[in-house]
Amino acid sequence: MTMNLDAKIPEGPIQDKWDNYKQHAKLVNPNNKRKFKVIVVGTGLAGASAAATLAELGYQVEAFTFHDSPRRAHSIAAQGGINAAKNYHDDGDSVWRLFYDTQKGGDFRAREANVYRLAQVSVNIIDQMVAQGVPFAREYGGLLDNRSFGGAQVSRTFYARGQTGQQLLLGAYQQMARQVGLGNIKLWNRVELVDTVVADGRCVGIVTRDLLNGEFKSHGAHAVVLATGGYGNVFFLSTNAMNCNVTAAWRAHRAGAAFANPCYTQIHPTCIPQADDTQSKLTLMSESLRNDGRVWVPLKEGDNRPADQIPESERDYYLERLYPSFGNLAPRDISSRAAKRAVDSGRGVGPLKNGVYLDFAASIDRLGFNTVWERYSNLFEMYERITGEDPTKVPMRIYPASHYTMGGLWVDYELMTTVPGLYAAGEANFSDHGANRLGASALMQGLADGYFVLPATISNYLAPLLNTPVPSTDTPEFQASEQAARERFAGYVNNNGTKSPDHFHRELGKIIWEYCGMERTDAGLRTALDKLPPLYQEFKSDLRVTGGDTTVNQTLEKAGRVDDFFQLGMLMCRDALERKESCGGHFRAEYQDAEGEAQRDDDNFAHVAAWEWTGDPMAPALTKEELEFEALPLAKRSYK
Amino acid sequence: MSHHLQNLTLKIWRQDGPDDAGHFEMYRIDDISDEASFLEMLDVLNERLIEEGKSAIVFDHDCREGICGTCSLMIDGQAHGPQRGTATCQLHMRKFKSGDEIVVEPWRASAFPLIRDLMVDRSAFDRIIESGGFITAETGGAPDANIIPVPKTVADGAMDAAECIGCGACVAACPNGAANLFTAAKISHLNLLPQGQAERYRRVEAMVETMNDHFGSCTNHGECEAACPKNISIDFIAVMNQDFRKSKFKNRKKLSRTPNN
Repeated sequence: MTMNLDAKIPEGPIQDKWDNYKQHAKLVNPNNKRKFKVIVVGTGLAGASAAATLAELGYQVEAFTFHDSPRRAHSIAAQGGINAAKNYHDDGDSVWRLFYDTQKGGDFRAREANVYRLAQVSVNIIDQMVAQGVPFAREYGGLLDNRSFGGAQVSRTFYARGQTGQQLLLGAYQQMARQVGLGNIKLWNRVELVDTVVADGRCVGIVTRDLLNGEFKSHGAHAVVLATGGYGNVFFLSTNAMNCNVTAAWRAHRAGAAFANPCYTQIHPTCIPQADDTQSKLTLMSESLRNDGRVWVPLKEGDNRPADQIPESERDYYLERLYPSFGNLAPRDISSRAAKRAVDSGRGVGPLKNGVYLDFAASIDRLGFNTVWERYSNLFEMYERITGEDPTKVPMRIYPASHYTMGGLWVDYELMTTVPGLYAAGEANFSDHGANRLGASALMQGLADGYFVLPATISNYLAPLLNTPVPSTDTPEFQASEQAARERFAGYVNNNGTKSPDHFHRELGKIIWEYCGMERTDAGLRTALDKLPPLYQEFKSDLRVTGGDTTVNQTLEKAGRVDDFFQLGMLMCRDALERKESCGGHFRAEYQDAEGEAQRDDDNFAHVAAWEWTGDPMAPALTKEELEFEALPLAKRSYK
Repeated sequence: MSHHLQNLTLKIWRQDGPDDAGHFEMYRIDDISDEASFLEMLDVLNERLIEEGKSAIVFDHDCREGICGTCSLMIDGQAHGPQRGTATCQLHMRKFKSGDEIVVEPWRASAFPLIRDLMVDRSAFDRIIESGGFITAETGGAPDANIIPVPKTVADGAMDAAECIGCGACVAACPNGAANLFTAAKISHLNLLPQGQAERYRRVEAMVETMNDHFGSCTNHGECEAACPKNISIDFIAVMNQDFRKSKFKNRKKLSRTPNN
């Protein structure tokens, strides 16, 4: 079984493709837009910006969030910044360079037409957000300030203290709230998607569960946008929020949408190391800290002296040593593996020897305490709240953790999945970051998709549907879907096993982290694929969900999400096993060069692996989208 | 190295639904690492309750990094617990000691109806934002971002206000259940910036009136500032009051200029 994967890349040189697309896309007359209903699931950067913009254009929009308010979405936790090719500092930046950096950062595993468009619209995003009152950092003259981020040799990252994600999300949320107030968006809060519904080869709507009373409800629409984030919580411990989950994307996958490159997961190098067994999540320390922090471990194994008693000559600033031209700002995957090697070699620091130092002493000497404090105060304070240590006195301890997932629902140039009428935006899709995402590019992509791409592409699909009614929910497809969801959730409640959903989530996470985390091997992935089915079986037979299904029941919500994580975990390991090369975040130990760097196999793996649901999570069907490299020739990714 | 807390007594508010009677329930818990966060301690308790066949305690939480504003909890009578400038999710057990009795309650305010156990409905905050907490700038027409210089002091002042996470601690801490700090923070963020001037007085009037529809009145107790996990300054309430007073003249003047008047 193979799917038809037409990426619908527009004609022309790469600089002209997006303009060409917009010139030829079908439009819907302003007066006709109100005849179309569009559902947007998720209210993070991509969802809120899409919902707001579609409503401004005149579509009837219904927006869904499982949070109490759209403002809670996990985009809010992004700390460091957002990239844009503004070249305000005249330091050699351009759309082309941002495109180049992103494509190289992704290890040449992204579709270059999409990446180029992302770089193009990045400049509009900053204009839009400033117009909305996002209080970006400014210089004394009042112009916008920038900082530098991993994988770039220019300063193109705009930021709002260490809370850039918060400020951007609040901007998009406020724009969306305006449309809610005007009655152009119907907002559903504390409501979770449990299925997407397909009829006659088109997506016709979704089925939801009300988290307050357990009621299932069908919603018909001409088009559905999933902006539901990534699946990093499959690892159990990650920097994702506790409620981040794969359910919406996974249910769409089961309804026919291909899932692409699930093995491309990003392990972020600068997180606070795990402190004990009851830990529920890991906390990121922004990559921006690497602008002024120096990463090091003791030169000697088992050096137990406190950091300030280890002389300079006995420290290994390994990133500066190994990657002199990028130094402490080497990209995330490379920095993460270097940290893992330092710890694995017995040179880890901290009580559990599970971290490396990120040291601000040199910057404080050079710039003064106040300058460094002003740049990172909220991060320093957060670190101290969590660890009880003051990072301006004792170096920070950091270690890599699951942070972002580049894989996701396969989408074409229009961000449409393999199901017509079903779109995926932001982290939920796979499209722009290849095998590794550069810092400050997630915010950029979420807003690019929601503000500028989807509103331009969705009309191309809707225009021919003019004067077709909003799909009825009184159909066998909706009824079957609702019934299946009802039975699934009743099944969790009536299971009467002995263990909580969290117990199984933790066990699942251990397997995925061990065998499909920072470093993967053929044997390890096979072991994972042996261990997952019996654990999943145990989940089904021994799960215990207390509390009823007609009131708020967070245990029940979690059970549904863990179920989907199990199935996704199997697909991730399968994808990682099939990709017999190392690229970006996917590092297969068998495929490395003499210096331990990732070794790609462009002859056999310069493709997107798009997986189709077959009914058995252990037996997905693979279709490949061959990537074409017309604008940028394939090159080895070196940061030396 | 970490050590473990023993013999903690948790006195937790349980209530099945908005119309049911609530009560305190006592739980004893041991072996909690002082590296654990307060919510991780509740996770441990919940996992035990599930294994014992009892309903888990319902509480709102999400990012656990102190930024999403989902978590709440009155801990020993203080919104977000004893540590100043810290949301519940960032409160760690090293702030407690073995043998402590800890009282855990939901936010209590008439504008935040209780949903279950420790979970309340804060959507009245969204209504305030919907009424005017935005700058009208529809997608597409924005001028270049550097066209209006914003003095650093102004941008920093707006950012100080914009840090609000919308958790509702200010309302829960206020004896009147007032939302002045939340509302003032958003008004100040937008009204201080040049981009926010066009709607400045319309915004403040609409938001204050919506606030008054849902929440109690401010009588200058200052509890809100003390409880705020982001240390938002009560000075912003003065900014709001000043603009609100002005709005009564400014908006009237505009009204008299409309063609039909």
